[in-house]
Amino acid sequence: MRNLLIWGLVAVGLVLLPHGLSFSQQEILVFLTINVLLVASYRLLTLTGEWSLGHVVIMGVGAYASALVSKKLGVYVPVAILFGGLMSALIATLLSFPLFRMKGFYFLIGSFAAGEIIRLLWKRFRDPFGGAKGLKSIDPMPDFSIGIYDFDFFEPVSYFYFCAVVVGFCLWILWRIEKSPVGLTFHAVHWQDKLAEASGVNLRAYRTLAFAVASGFAGISGALLAHYIGTINPNSFDIEVMVFVLTWAIVGGTATFYGPILGCIVLTILNEIVLREMGFEQLRPLIYGAILISSILFLPDGLESLVQKAVRTLKRGNRQRSAAK
Amino acid sequence: MSDLLEIKDLTMQFGGLRAVDALNFKVKRGTIHGLIGPNGAGKTTTFNMISGFYKPTSGQVLLRGEDISGLKMHEVARRGVVRTFQHSTLFAELTVLENALIGTHMQFRPNIFAAIMGMDKIDRKAAHDHAIEALEFFGLEGLTEERAGDLSHGHQRALGMTVAYASHPDVMLLDEPFTGMNPEETRQMMGLMKKLCEKGITILIVEHDMQAIMGLCDNITCMSFGKFLAEGGPSEIRNHPAVIEAYLGGARHVA
Repeated sequence: MRNLLIWGLVAVGLVLLPHGLSFSQQEILVFLTINVLLVASYRLLTLTGEWSLGHVVIMGVGAYASALVSKKLGVYVPVAILFGGLMSALIATLLSFPLFRMKGFYFLIGSFAAGEIIRLLWKRFRDPFGGAKGLKSIDPMPDFSIGIYDFDFFEPVSYFYFCAVVVGFCLWILWRIEKSPVGLTFHAVHWQDKLAEASGVNLRAYRTLAFAVASGFAGISGALLAHYIGTINPNSFDIEVMVFVLTWAIVGGTATFYGPILGCIVLTILNEIVLREMGFEQLRPLIYGAILISSILFLPDGLESLVQKAVRTLKRGNRQRSAAK
Repeated sequence: MSDLLEIKDLTMQFGGLRAVDALNFKVKRGTIHGLIGPNGAGKTTTFNMISGFYKPTSGQVLLRGEDISGLKMHEVARRGVVRTFQHSTLFAELTVLENALIGTHMQFRPNIFAAIMGMDKIDRKAAHDHAIEALEFFGLEGLTEERAGDLSHGHQRALGMTVAYASHPDVMLLDEPFTGMNPEETRQMMGLMKKLCEKGITILIVEHDMQAIMGLCDNITCMSFGKFLAEGGPSEIRNHPAVIEAYLGGARHVA
């Protein structure tokens, strides 16, 4: 009952949120929502202990696939977005064959190389990928009305609502996966792969499963992005974006489900709103780097450890109060 | 009693070193079989080959007549041969209950779609009950929510056995289960192993604690420098001249 109330309040808050923001802030909010899905899907991959540098390119696979099928074949955009996700999962499954011969650091480098290969293919083949200039005038989400609200998808507010529903649903699925026996097996593969294998866990299959599912959701986030900005090119998905994803995950912490999401939200607000308003335009990457280093030094368990500490203190306070009574 | 596990001419070559050289022995169904030998005799290597951790250079491991050598570890496990590891190899970051739940992986294979739709409630309940039952068998039911890494040494060893036992094995391979245990803990663990054996689980055990081995095993295989040395019951092995020589060196002079 109480949970239902909290989620209701969150939903109302999300509905009201964009109306208190300026137009450019509303745009940032849309990107933030998409990035939340990206970083949450990245966490699913890190559950098995593997850190990939190709995640953003995989997101791009979803963006390109969705943009191409809607542009060339005229597929209805929501269906195209779903197709983008499936395509990413498929490509990830294929990539898993060479990549999962490696582990740890080697996997990291291998995933980077695989991502660059895909990116260079987009650059090289002007048909159908549009070469270095990428794809332009990608079909936007078609407008529709649900009676009380008319969705006009050139308005960031409308697109934010659409994204929030899609991302919310995807996060719910990711959460269900993590809290299931499948999620437990992912943890097992991470902490003691040999013991997991001795218990009959097929390590390759589970690593591939995590990689494919995480990539599928990254693909959906990429497709959402493509149909919003309307133009994508190979440089939209380069290593610089990947560094942002890594920073969000590291600053937020990866021990909990909400850690990376928290990192993404806090750093985006800091980067786009605080620093931009303060006029640090040129210095922003430098400050971003400084935040990453200082969070590794002073907050090695990420922002989530602060939340955990606060919750623990609150609980202790409650217990003492009830004991006093 | 029939042979459940047969080791045939098993050989492992590490570069120039022949760690295990044409080893032969048979493990009878429902017995506790010991594998002993001085340090470096190749016991753990043999273990690793049976469990699929290493691929043998040559030779065969036959389980119920089927050759399982060279299979991957999880494939060997799925055929009913489950191992424990030396030291306390556990999922240290997970709780005791979660450790046991991973042991039930083979019986209640998780399905990602059922998990998302919430259609695996029966399986989850059954896996949970099964894990609790395994924990009770090893006397860990009071510690389910503890982090496995925080347990005492004895409890960690017991949990390692629980993870293996929870997967309902036919054969359990125990790699030095008594290391670092005090005599009281050893005695308790021996009792539990006898109970496992009564449940029909065949046990193959590598151990240095001679008292435990002699008190526990129906059959003992002794190896030295990778080669088969002797086989027999505890009393035979204890008085076998070749075994005494291998352990003490130049037993002739002692005699």
